[in-house]
Amino acid sequence: MQYALLFSESSKDFALRNDPEKSPAYWAAWSAYSETVASSGIMVCGSGLQPPETATTLRIENGKRHVHDGPYAESKEMLGGFFVIDVPDLNVALEWAAKAPSSSYGSTEIRPVLDPNK
Amino acid sequence: MDATSSYQATVAAARDSYSQLLAFLIPRAGGDICSAEDALSEAFLAALSQWPEGGVPDKPEAWLLTTAKRRLMDAQRRGATRLRHEEAIIHAIMTAEAAMDNTHDFPDERLKLLFVCAHPEIDPSARAPLCLQIVMGLDVSRIASAFLVSPSAMSQRLVRAKTKIREARIPFQIPAEEEWPERLDAIRDAIYVAFNTGWDSSFLDGCAASDLEEEAIWLARLLNRLVPDEPEILGMLALMLHCHARRNARRSPGGEFVPLAKQDMQLWSGSLVREADKWLRLAARFRSPGRFQLEGAIQSVHAQRLVSGRTDWVTIEGFYRILRNHTASLGAAIGHAIAISEVHGAERGLQVLDALDPIRLSTHQPFWVARAHLLRGSGLFEEAHVAYQQAIGLTGEDAIRRFLIRQLEESRALQEVT
Repeated sequence: MQYALLFSESSKDFALRNDPEKSPAYWAAWSAYSETVASSGIMVCGSGLQPPETATTLRIENGKRHVHDGPYAESKEMLGGFFVIDVPDLNVALEWAAKAPSSSYGSTEIRPVLDPNK
Repeated sequence: MDATSSYQATVAAARDSYSQLLAFLIPRAGGDICSAEDALSEAFLAALSQWPEGGVPDKPEAWLLTTAKRRLMDAQRRGATRLRHEEAIIHAIMTAEAAMDNTHDFPDERLKLLFVCAHPEIDPSARAPLCLQIVMGLDVSRIASAFLVSPSAMSQRLVRAKTKIREARIPFQIPAEEEWPERLDAIRDAIYVAFNTGWDSSFLDGCAASDLEEEAIWLARLLNRLVPDEPEILGMLALMLHCHARRNARRSPGGEFVPLAKQDMQLWSGSLVREADKWLRLAARFRSPGRFQLEGAIQSVHAQRLVSGRTDWVTIEGFYRILRNHTASLGAAIGHAIAISEVHGAERGLQVLDALDPIRLSTHQPFWVARAHLLRGSGLFEEAHVAYQQAIGLTGEDAIRRFLIRQLEESRALQEVT
């Protein structure tokens, strides 16, 4: 069963990425986590994402295009990255989500992936 | 007594009365756990909110019973009750009131309730959650979070188990003598599972910190009160109390993780250590050692640092060697490896780790922490750093993750200078 792990971070957490003092620990935690997930053989795909302010959002309404800078909607926590993992069930997915650094400071959403054969 | 501990005492008193009443009501209401819980739950919540202010009433069981009955009657008048066995529940409440009037001590039937929760017919994964919910009145979301399961899945698991108890008519009784040891082990294991729901930090910490530490200790104390002469129950209680004694020393004021070896012993609870040792001495009189007594004894040796100022690793290593004859648990093997490394050097400890089953270990965080530590101690820095990475990636608790990242940085710096 495939699950998407959606890692959410606050703007404060995104700022850690470039904080000269705190960024090494931030990246150390994430790189260790990604490597562990990869080496355990459950990783289907995944990526970290650049911060929300780098986003561009497009909507087409009644044939009219609306393009704007930034994410669709500002919220307290924003998507910082995602993995798709292949594990037997939700309990195992939860165990892996619990080890994600974002679970300790932001949050991690676990969502089953749609089965394309259905 | 400060405000927090007096609040905790009130909660404990409310729990005590609640569980005692529930144990009395369920078998007298057709084994319908859900209805008995529903009938009492409002009264229990009322106790939790009113007792801390007004104090614990003289007869707490009577207070809960009267409150529960009044609410049931009110609901009945409004035609709002949804209990399946309403008449049976009300009848059971009347019986309880009569029992209370006739005797000084209300009968304690919680042991029967524990035997039902850990019955062989009940799925092992539901036993600890059942004890926590039925005997302690803990809510599902709290239990689900501690066990890292979705609340809806946990709820289903509990409902399925309760339906089974009712439909299979699992009896509320003390099992026959020949079944006794096995059935008692099941209760003890369920309580220990609750104690072990926390994060993997065992070797760094001496023992695992749990989200349900206090609840599990409450259950272990209850079990020990109901069955006072079981050395392994005494041993389990001692083990839990030794771990609990160090709870304030596990974090620095800034929230950083402090490993056992660096803990400020002044922050250990002397009274909990003494209580744990008292139970261990009592257990030793039965001359029937077991896994829990040995693990408790290991923690007791660690606690002696408070008096002697040093850790007697030779004794600890000896206890681990015996422990490994009692259990094939990875925790025992890893603890033994660390103890051997303290006595005979890191290389000898590594040999113990290398002999373990690699399949069981690839995602076992304590193994990677121990391995990183011993590789670094042996001067094998490159391999140590790979192990640290794996340990960090498998760690769920932020303070421990930060601690391991600092360890990795230290190790890299050490490699530079050597």
